[in-house]
Amino acid sequence: MMELLVILIPVFPLVAVLLNGLLGHRYSHDLAGRIAFGAVGLSFVCALMVFGHMLTTGAAYEVIAYSWIFGGELMVNLGFLIDPLTTIMLLVVTGVGFLIHVYSVGYMHGEEGFTRFFTYMNLFMVSMLLLVMGNNYLVLFIGWEGVGLCSYLLIGYYFDKVSAAKAASKAFVVNRIGDAGFLMAIFLVFANFQTLDYTKVFEQVGQLSTGTATAIALCLLVGAVGKSAQIPLYTWLPDAMEGPTPVSALIHAATMVTAGVYMVVRNHAIFDMAPMALTTVGWIGGITALFAASIGLVQNDIKRVLAYSTVSQLGYMFLACGIGAYTAAIFHLMTHAFFKALLFLSAGAVIHSLGGEQDIRKMGGLHSKIPMTYKVFLVGTLAIAGIPPLAGFWSKDEIMAHAFIHAHYGLYLLAAIGAFLTAFYMFRLTYVTFYGQSRMDPDVEHHVHESPGIMMKPLLVLAGLSVVGGFVGFPPEHGWFHGYLAKVATPVGALPHVVSLSLLLGLMSVAIAIALGGWGLAHYLYAVRPQAADDLATRVPGIYATLLNKYYVDEGYDRIIVEPCKRLGLIWDWLDRQIIDRCVRGIGHMTDVSACWITWTEKHVVYAGLNVIGYGNHLIAWSWRKLQTGMVHHYAAVIVVGFFLLVHVLLLWLTGASIL
Amino acid sequence: MTLPLADLLTILPELLIVGAACLLLVLDPVMPPAKKSLLAWMSLGTLVLCFFISASSMNDRVFAFSDLVVVDPYASFWKLLLYLVSALTILLSMTYLKEERIDLAEYYGFILLSLVGMMVMVSAADLLTIYLGIELMSISLYIMVGFKRFEGKSIEASAKYFILGAFSSGILLYGISLLYGIGGSTRLSEISAVVTSRGGDDPLVLIALMLVIVGFGFKVAAVPFHMWTPDVYHGAPTSVTAFMAVASKAASFGALLRVLLEGFGGVKPNWNGIIFAMCLVTLGFGNLVAIVQTNIKRMLAYSSIAHAGYALIGLVVAGQAGAESAVASQGVSSIMLYLAIYSFMTVGAFAIVAIVRRSGVEGEELEDFTGLAKRHKGAAFLMMVFMVSLAGIPPTAGFIGKFYLFMAAVNAGLTWLAVIGLIFAAVSAFYYLRVVMVMYMREPSASQESETRLALTPATAIVLACAIAGVVFLGLYPAPLVSVTQSAVLPF
Repeated sequence: MMELLVILIPVFPLVAVLLNGLLGHRYSHDLAGRIAFGAVGLSFVCALMVFGHMLTTGAAYEVIAYSWIFGGELMVNLGFLIDPLTTIMLLVVTGVGFLIHVYSVGYMHGEEGFTRFFTYMNLFMVSMLLLVMGNNYLVLFIGWEGVGLCSYLLIGYYFDKVSAAKAASKAFVVNRIGDAGFLMAIFLVFANFQTLDYTKVFEQVGQLSTGTATAIALCLLVGAVGKSAQIPLYTWLPDAMEGPTPVSALIHAATMVTAGVYMVVRNHAIFDMAPMALTTVGWIGGITALFAASIGLVQNDIKRVLAYSTVSQLGYMFLACGIGAYTAAIFHLMTHAFFKALLFLSAGAVIHSLGGEQDIRKMGGLHSKIPMTYKVFLVGTLAIAGIPPLAGFWSKDEIMAHAFIHAHYGLYLLAAIGAFLTAFYMFRLTYVTFYGQSRMDPDVEHHVHESPGIMMKPLLVLAGLSVVGGFVGFPPEHGWFHGYLAKVATPVGALPHVVSLSLLLGLMSVAIAIALGGWGLAHYLYAVRPQAADDLATRVPGIYATLLNKYYVDEGYDRIIVEPCKRLGLIWDWLDRQIIDRCVRGIGHMTDVSACWITWTEKHVVYAGLNVIGYGNHLIAWSWRKLQTGMVHHYAAVIVVGFFLLVHVLLLWLTGASIL
Repeated sequence: MTLPLADLLTILPELLIVGAACLLLVLDPVMPPAKKSLLAWMSLGTLVLCFFISASSMNDRVFAFSDLVVVDPYASFWKLLLYLVSALTILLSMTYLKEERIDLAEYYGFILLSLVGMMVMVSAADLLTIYLGIELMSISLYIMVGFKRFEGKSIEASAKYFILGAFSSGILLYGISLLYGIGGSTRLSEISAVVTSRGGDDPLVLIALMLVIVGFGFKVAAVPFHMWTPDVYHGAPTSVTAFMAVASKAASFGALLRVLLEGFGGVKPNWNGIIFAMCLVTLGFGNLVAIVQTNIKRMLAYSSIAHAGYALIGLVVAGQAGAESAVASQGVSSIMLYLAIYSFMTVGAFAIVAIVRRSGVEGEELEDFTGLAKRHKGAAFLMMVFMVSLAGIPPTAGFIGKFYLFMAAVNAGLTWLAVIGLIFAAVSAFYYLRVVMVMYMREPSASQESETRLALTPATAIVLACAIAGVVFLGLYPAPLVSVTQSAVLPF
């Protein structure tokens, strides 16, 4: 029974893909939309039942759908591993996925490629479910590539926009670099364990040498960094905002980009063996968290601010993994899915009500015009900024506290500054968008309206989750969530530690102070003295320009990697065309030259000889005129004999023998 | 000297196909033009018959004509692949030739003769016999490349191919003659004995080895002997390009593997480094130059060069000195798997190129594909699957092929080679996806919108169906093909 349910989870969206993909043009958009979100809803129900079952039994189990590859020593099944980690991911993916699908029906209403959009979205769900459910690396990889492909298709959804097509391409190619690392890790795993099944690999993981474990872990990390948009492969995510907003919410905030975090946690047994790799994970995460947050400070596109915020929050999750706080990483993954989906979708609602405007400089004063949207957006802001008791506070605080308690002070500092910046840019976004004078075009302002119910209801559910979602992890480190994940996310060899309550409360107050500080600064700069922000920007133009241009990383990559590659290709292409043509022309020329030479020889040697012979012939003919019947035949015969004589002489001369 | 019946029976498929080719050439003038497609169907019938003959003797290992020819599982595997590719080419050509108004029956005759050449190449146990096969294949191809005889591009391609092909054949033949000089025989088994006893440091052996590698390098289009490929692929009729890119490459790899592993198996360290270097430059060159191409046939030409580079990874694995025989045969079987999968996706891609035509202008420029998804959903979708597969993205077959190759490399301890291969596979996504981008994410121009004709006939539909089925099925369920390749490797 459970096995059937497990298999059904990815099958529902798959059926929807086939229906909408093959027959979608035959029925109305309305029905296509219902099929799409209905399928995801059914998956969610199945996931809930699987989760309930897991709650009661608590035992992990595997479900094999069929044998996919077998040959020689390699044996890979299309199989699923159901354990607490999987069930949490399943709930997040199908739950948030369902809400976003419902929202999309309203958001994409009337779009030309409505059915196509939902086909891709469902295909994405299938891939994402394979990714989190797979019981071996190869199924994980299939899902991994599948979500990348769907992300590509969906970013490029507005195909008439050149920038969208470019962004899609960029996302895919950057991800492919990460994937190369991931695939390498898979090969290394197979070379060392002769299997790709998680359970078998993790059973034998103890026999790995530190060096091998580090190599595997670093390769995995390359994959994770690509998918989860961490330094140095983060550049694709902000550009990916070219896609429709629900796509940004589902793929580029709540689910796909967290795949890297899931993968690291899933493989924590290998990472635990490789302290060096783990440290790298932590520092990549910490630096990304701060770096992306700093870019987010000055961006003016509502979705881009959220995109950098996503990169930054993913950095927190990586940081958590790097310090062995795997449960905290998954906890933050979950709460982030709630509030970031909420923020993106409500940003989508804002964009929707403004007729497609995304520049916050052309917004302002919206809180009275679209109060519902404003309220849910505010909930999301409070949650991400870390204001208690909303969800983001609990998960972020846990990561920071863990870093401090385990003496990762450098990472703690990065996280703390990052948290301050996060609170600042999110409230800046809120103030600029919803408060102050309206800076909208008059005809846009005239049409501002609250979004339809089908879009608002998912927002309310997500707002509710953003408020209460953090309580599953209360009290910190000992909540229900921690107990549930204890078996799958406890670092190998972790010692139980006792932390004084006063330290915990102290860290918590610091975190709250940081969040309030960020809020306060934003309030001062954007609500109390709106001129102050511009003054600040003009006072430090260098820093401002650097941040606005995202540290010129894109330009740098272009100049250092993309352009040289292209140029090399062009040069080689030119060489190819030149060399081959020269070669052929050269051979042609050679024939010309030799032809000239042959003509000359004919004229001066052969004909001379022939003339002599002909003359002789003439003499003979003169004497034996009667025998002269057909001159032409004679000539022909003579030419043939002459040719053979000539060749004979030539050969003799060449071989050095005497002529006779 | 009499020809024993047993020997003749061993090469029955070759004889049948030669017979069919001759019959075709004889029947061509007397057939009424309307019934000419019968000749194509006749060739197809012959291929099907031969397919069954070869498949039924798949597990045999028979020598014939005093060891000039060997029919072993390895040869049979390549032959089956070659039948399939030839059949798909013939089906594709039936429509394409009519579109191009070069519908001549001798074309099919040349395909069959070229096929016989390839079959001889993969099942020859003697260098001269291999050479014979190469020449038979190449001469037929020279003519087929120039089949669009009223088009300068085609003639030029043919001339270039001929000149350079003859040149490379000469080099190969020179190598063979040197080997004959030192060994007194052209049999691979005897050459192997002589080469092993003289050792790899013998200058004559080394020179002969170089010459042979250069000769085959031309045929498989490995850098730096690839230069004919883009021009010839570009100029040749598209169906011929598909045939060359797939069948001739597969056959050349089949022969190259046998020559190097059986003939020069004793001096692996002497050639493995060369193959390694060739593999690296082929990967880098093919992939980087493909990025800047704007013509889809040229792009596919460079892509085929790059794929030769991937396949060479398997040869490097097989040629690892001191590698266990299990690892070495994994290298060989992964090449066989890779080229089989490569055949499906490449034939599919070329088939789409062949049917996307705009009023007499071939759909060859990348621009011709602009907005194809709007105009021909199905064709665009198939092309996308082929491109995705060529880029090696799961769950398509292209991924399985690369997976086994790189896996073999890692198992043989060639981790860095696998890393480089993976990076270039990542780079390749760029140019393959550009085709997808152009098809899906650009609006067709007004003139393209109005010309909506696809050269789609039942015959081309069969080709596309076979190609897509291969790409999808082998991606989802590669096990049968994998086990066939693993049981058909060269004996080590």
